[in-house]
Amino acid sequence: MSQTILFTIGSITILGFLAAAILYFIASKFKVYEDPKIEEVENALPSTNCGGCGFPGCHAFAEACVNADDLSDLHCPVGGNETMQKVASLLGMEVEERAPYVAVVRCNGALEFRHKTTAYDGVPNCTIAHSLYGGDTDCQYGCLGFGECVDACNFEAMYMDEKTGLPVVIEDKCTACNACVTACPRDIMELRPKGRKNRRIFVACVSQDKGGAAKKACDVACTGCSKCEAECKYDAIVIENYLSYIDGEKCKLCRKCVPVCPTHAIHEINFPPRKERPEKKERREKPAKKVEVNTATIDNAPAVDVVKMAKKANEESVKKEDSDDKEVS
Amino acid sequence: MSTQFLTISPSPHIHSGESVNKLMYGVLIALAPALAVSFYVFGLGAVIVTLIAVLSCVFFEYILTKYLLHREPAITDGSAVITGVLLAFNVPSNLPWWIIIIGSLVAIGVGKISFGGLGNNPFNPALVGRVFLLISFPVQMTSWPLPLENAWQLADAATGATPLGLIKEGLSTGKPLSDLMQEVPSYVSLLLGNVGGSVGEVSALALIIGVIYMLWKKIITWHIPVAMLGTAFIFTGGLWLINPEKFADPVFHLLTGGLLLGAFFMATDYVTSPMTTKAMLIFGAGVGFITIVIREFGSYPEGVSFAILIMNGFVPLMNKYIKPKRFGVKKNG
Amino acid sequence: MSLLTINNVKTFPKGGIHPADHKLSAGVPIKKLDPPAQVAIPLSQHIGAPATPVVEKREKVKVGQLIAKGNGFVSANIHATISGIVTKVDKVIDSTGYKRDAIIIKAGREGEEWADGIDLSDDLITEITLEREDIIKKIADAGIVGMGGATFPSHVKLSVPKGRTAEYLIINGVECEPYLTADHRLMLEKGAEIIVGARLLMRALGVEKAIIGIEKNKPDAIEKMAELTANEKGITVQPLKVQYPQGGEKQLIKAVLNREVPSGGLPIDVGVVVHNVGTAFAVYEAVQKNKPLVERVVTVTGKDVKNPSNFLVRIGTPVMQLIDAAGGIPEHTGKVVSGGPMMGKALNSLDVPVAKGTSGILLIPNEEAKRGEIKPCIRCTKCVQVCPMGLEPYLLMTLTQKEMYEEVEKEKTMDCIECGSCSFICPSDRPLLDYIRLGKRTVASLIRERNN
Repeated sequence: MSQTILFTIGSITILGFLAAAILYFIASKFKVYEDPKIEEVENALPSTNCGGCGFPGCHAFAEACVNADDLSDLHCPVGGNETMQKVASLLGMEVEERAPYVAVVRCNGALEFRHKTTAYDGVPNCTIAHSLYGGDTDCQYGCLGFGECVDACNFEAMYMDEKTGLPVVIEDKCTACNACVTACPRDIMELRPKGRKNRRIFVACVSQDKGGAAKKACDVACTGCSKCEAECKYDAIVIENYLSYIDGEKCKLCRKCVPVCPTHAIHEINFPPRKERPEKKERREKPAKKVEVNTATIDNAPAVDVVKMAKKANEESVKKEDSDDKEVS
Repeated sequence: MSTQFLTISPSPHIHSGESVNKLMYGVLIALAPALAVSFYVFGLGAVIVTLIAVLSCVFFEYILTKYLLHREPAITDGSAVITGVLLAFNVPSNLPWWIIIIGSLVAIGVGKISFGGLGNNPFNPALVGRVFLLISFPVQMTSWPLPLENAWQLADAATGATPLGLIKEGLSTGKPLSDLMQEVPSYVSLLLGNVGGSVGEVSALALIIGVIYMLWKKIITWHIPVAMLGTAFIFTGGLWLINPEKFADPVFHLLTGGLLLGAFFMATDYVTSPMTTKAMLIFGAGVGFITIVIREFGSYPEGVSFAILIMNGFVPLMNKYIKPKRFGVKKNG
Repeated sequence: MSLLTINNVKTFPKGGIHPADHKLSAGVPIKKLDPPAQVAIPLSQHIGAPATPVVEKREKVKVGQLIAKGNGFVSANIHATISGIVTKVDKVIDSTGYKRDAIIIKAGREGEEWADGIDLSDDLITEITLEREDIIKKIADAGIVGMGGATFPSHVKLSVPKGRTAEYLIINGVECEPYLTADHRLMLEKGAEIIVGARLLMRALGVEKAIIGIEKNKPDAIEKMAELTANEKGITVQPLKVQYPQGGEKQLIKAVLNREVPSGGLPIDVGVVVHNVGTAFAVYEAVQKNKPLVERVVTVTGKDVKNPSNFLVRIGTPVMQLIDAAGGIPEHTGKVVSGGPMMGKALNSLDVPVAKGTSGILLIPNEEAKRGEIKPCIRCTKCVQVCPMGLEPYLLMTLTQKEMYEEVEKEKTMDCIECGSCSFICPSDRPLLDYIRLGKRTVASLIRERNN
């Protein structure tokens, strides 16, 4: 009996040593040398592997950082300046502060402003619908509402607003990783400078239709009327293909363009409510607030009667379209 | 809006009208002759066993899908009914009701829902349930009632061995096969089903009628059954030629036990069989081979269930490596 | 070619489906519709670069006058299809479902005026005087594209690349799409012209042998074409078993000649060029009659359509006018499809103009317009069985959903001909082709990226 036990212990021990020797041999023979700095840098990174830096994952980015001569082209949008400072100090390099970016939804064509004209019956997938046709409204540029951007977001920073049928970016969670921008087949998502005090102004429309057609398809479309362009003193606004675009770098956040937009297509975010001006005319043209309802700042958006105004206008047009549709069916 | 819009969807704009329900109910229709025969042979017991199995399978499917998978249960698609019928077909007609319910729970719960429900289970659920019962309740699962005089009476205590069991037992006691063959029912009885055995496997003829229906309705293709039965036939034929005193002849093997039931209804189960015809042939041949190995050399008299489950395990591998002939791609480069 | 050979039917061996025929308008002769009061002629009616307009606003144009020139080699000329005044170049929704540039022409008050040199008589001109290059040039000038729906510029197909030789011309009279009868009627009514067109194409390609492939569900067309080719040297008629998608180039070549176009290759790789009967007819008109492609035969059909018809219409005519001519839009129409039910495109507007590739307008009633509810895959292998390209649609869909595009590419997704057989047969109503298309598109862009 004891002999059996001894024999067992002995043979197992020999086997163990044998295996250890093989492992040691293979480990030393096939060892891949890697700069220990890469691991250090990688540990400093957020390890979300989101690809927002343009590299496939954090390890690749760390490798690029270690091999780079200077860090000016490299930036981790998720970790931001803080992380980049850490990386720089690890590598003994300098890095410039970068202005933080945030994703914005450049479409305000909520269900109430943009009525349906056809019934889509394919897979609820933005890219498939986009490659099939212009979409179930008359606007062939606007949001299709199947939430591919939301699915692409790794940070739970987006959700679909059921009321409007549009995606919403949660500003605090957004890391500007660019995932939603690449996911959207219609280029509606854009990364813009977060702005001073997180304030920013942008055109919430990407429609390149001519004014009349754009307005007919969607009540809050940019018609390319160029009123904003005329108002801007800093040459930050360009009109191209019947569409206004505000250069986020040039914009000085003066807010002058916002009230002049006849379709309220220009959004201002995180601004304090406008002071009421004594002139009657100004009061009537105040409407721009409404737009905030559909953006990230739902909480601090003041309730303004513009919503009602827009709704009413929409209802009328819907009624009209109703009669038009009857011819079809 | 009350008015109707034009519908837009990608092509194609027409559909064949084929549906999961139609396919599943087609299988059930194909199983009907076998059920009728087993009612005739084993009496009410067969019907009660089938009924309990079907009802408990549907019940577990409903409960587990709703509360475990948190999905809308799709019991109307008929897949749970088929699992129930197949489970019942694989057990003796005098099996106590509580064993059947345990079998149903294992079949649906372990065999199907734990993998994510219909379409995701790697193993045939009915067979998972059956094998579980066979291992857990070997006595009850192998006491086969004999055919009854009157279909309307419930099975009584008279039980006996299946032809396969008879031979296995006999051979192990050293009797020559030719003596044993005198004891087993004639091939005509085997064909018609006047023998002891599981609920659904007794009548070869009824099963053949069912499979002809399925082939006609294009529910299954011929590949798996033909490969499986062909392999079994050739393999047993070879053994029989070598030593007819030890190995039974191929016709006997084809007609007895669950070979036909397995070949027609269980190996051909959509979810757990391979996707390409080439792989189907390999799959069928594998099942046939393993079945005969178990029958002739294993300790169990019957091996179809084990053979199918073993080959089920190879299906993902086959799907990965056995591809259909691509159009415009030459073989070997 | 004797009528006996009708019994010698062929088909492609792998996959395929048998959808119900519904050739409702097969017995209705082609009816010429009056030119409309206004046309919108899209600048992009073909595969390749859109044409560039060569007319000005308010310019007066005659029928057949060049109004937009093909932009580069793979592109096609576009001609005025009514006489009148160019009002503008505007964005018009076309069959792609997007607003795209189109030239709008308003009919003049005085009667129709055709451009000079166009022979409008019905006389059959069988004598072929032109040489190879001249024929190809004329075809290019006339703006002819594949009339079966693929709309690939025909002159490109006729210019055989260096190092390859064409051996066979196959004239595609299969029309395997259910409902459509445009090609069928054309063969019955313009058979002789099609044969001359085939001769022209043969000369342009420098081939001695041509085969006209026709499915067996058109026995009258087979008989007619067989009669007409009885004394034609080198042209034969090949009857084919009814099976979708036999009209696909690769399947047709496999069926007729048992040659397999290599994966990623073109028919010319096996010495074959395929042209549709409609294209052959257009070639006849362009070369022998000097008439550019300004009109085509369009089937207007559907289960509830009052008078399913085949119309000869001017390109640019709004679809609604065709539907009106066929008895108006039926109540409870749920879907309007341009093309056949298997590969056609659902239209999102009834003002979409008829284009060079519009082979039919199909009105689908409401109850058939919606797709079934998507259920889990039960791995019934039906999609694998019906795929004519030997692919595994269930796998391609899953891989695409999981965004495993490298695997998708390895599984030969780029070979998919988008015939829709998999989605048609799937008992779980899974949108297989939708995802395969998505996968194809993504893989194509990945390949482009890699090559750059």
